[in-house]
Amino acid sequence: MDDPYQTLGVPRDASPEDIRRAYLKLAKEHHPDLNPGNATAEARFKTVAAANDLLSDPETRGRFDRGEIDAAGQERRRPRPSYRDYAEAEPGRRYDRDGRKQDGPRQSRWSAEAIHEMFGTMFTDDGQPGGDSPRRGQDEQYTLAADFLDAVNGATRRLTLPGGRTLDVQIPPGTANGQVLRLRGQGRASPNGGPDGDALIEIQVGSHKYFTRDGQDIRLVLPVTLSEAVLGGMVEVPTPGGPVRMRVPPHADSGTELRLRGRGVSAHRGRAAGDLYATLRVVLGTPDAALEAFLGTWKPEHPADPRQGMEASS
Amino acid sequence: MISIEVLFTQLPGLRPQDLERWIVNDWVRPDGAPGAYLFQDIDVARVRLIQELRDEMKVDEDALPIVLSLLDQLYALRRQIRDLGAALDRTVSEDVRRSLVAHLTQRH
Repeated sequence: MDDPYQTLGVPRDASPEDIRRAYLKLAKEHHPDLNPGNATAEARFKTVAAANDLLSDPETRGRFDRGEIDAAGQERRRPRPSYRDYAEAEPGRRYDRDGRKQDGPRQSRWSAEAIHEMFGTMFTDDGQPGGDSPRRGQDEQYTLAADFLDAVNGATRRLTLPGGRTLDVQIPPGTANGQVLRLRGQGRASPNGGPDGDALIEIQVGSHKYFTRDGQDIRLVLPVTLSEAVLGGMVEVPTPGGPVRMRVPPHADSGTELRLRGRGVSAHRGRAAGDLYATLRVVLGTPDAALEAFLGTWKPEHPADPRQGMEASS
Repeated sequence: MISIEVLFTQLPGLRPQDLERWIVNDWVRPDGAPGAYLFQDIDVARVRLIQELRDEMKVDEDALPIVLSLLDQLYALRRQIRDLGAALDRTVSEDVRRSLVAHLTQRH
């Protein structure tokens, strides 16, 4: 590496302006864009630029003049490493939370705890360090579609696994949509003699024509005739446990909600049985001449406007 | 490894009492004992970082511990990720690596 003063062709006591002028002249002369394909010019341009870098900065020029750094050292000078350059590499461990401990025997960079903290059980079994000890087989996940009533009442359904194996899955009464059943030991075999993994079966509960589920309770809309609504009477109500007779009180109306205690999801696992809520809907049915004739002359005892106070803006 | 005297020539503008306090606070962790500290490159870069945070980015010294702690955690995490990448590189077959990259670069 040449002396940067020689490179720029200036005396050692040149002023900063002299250095700048010399640099600009040479830079123009050797600029790679003005000398396409000319490798010599490009190399020369880099040398000139490096010399200018060194001499245009009073601090580095001073250090060069004092002999603290040489021109070759400057030639190799890269942009000053940032803290990040160290921190992301091995020296950065010095400033880890437990960095003070590193005076002792060198620890592995990854403790079993650190792996578990970062990746859960992906690489370790239930948080226990893997090592050579027998590892449990992996859990396998499946979904099983269940009828609404099977989920409410409980049922056994056969699940055919990829590979042809079948599993008889006991769906407990009161199973909710999305609930996951764990079948111990029905997952993947252990790779090294440990216990088998579990099969995790997510139950997807289908919908029902009449019933909807509200936790332990079942709801349905129950159609009633005009006379059943006005006069009351016994009606038959379907429930998950089979039809049940229920008394509709006189003067019921569309929207009246009647409760059948204990006729929802049956009691299971310490949860009390739910109720069945029937919301009445008055159905007029086919046109009836007598009814029309009656209504034509009917003068209500207490005329009322059911739409009173109804406004689109309210 | 450089002594505290060399450090002061490299970082003009660094006041001895500031550095002393930063070491006491454990923000800078040189080797050696008080009076005979030795600074590694990363210590020098860290002193510079603290100077820049304080003087140029106007981070109050009261707020510096939390900034440094977050930076330390970030770099620790990045080193772990780098380790993980290196471990995958050494242990995992080419097609697993390819499908991993495909999975990671997939648009969601």
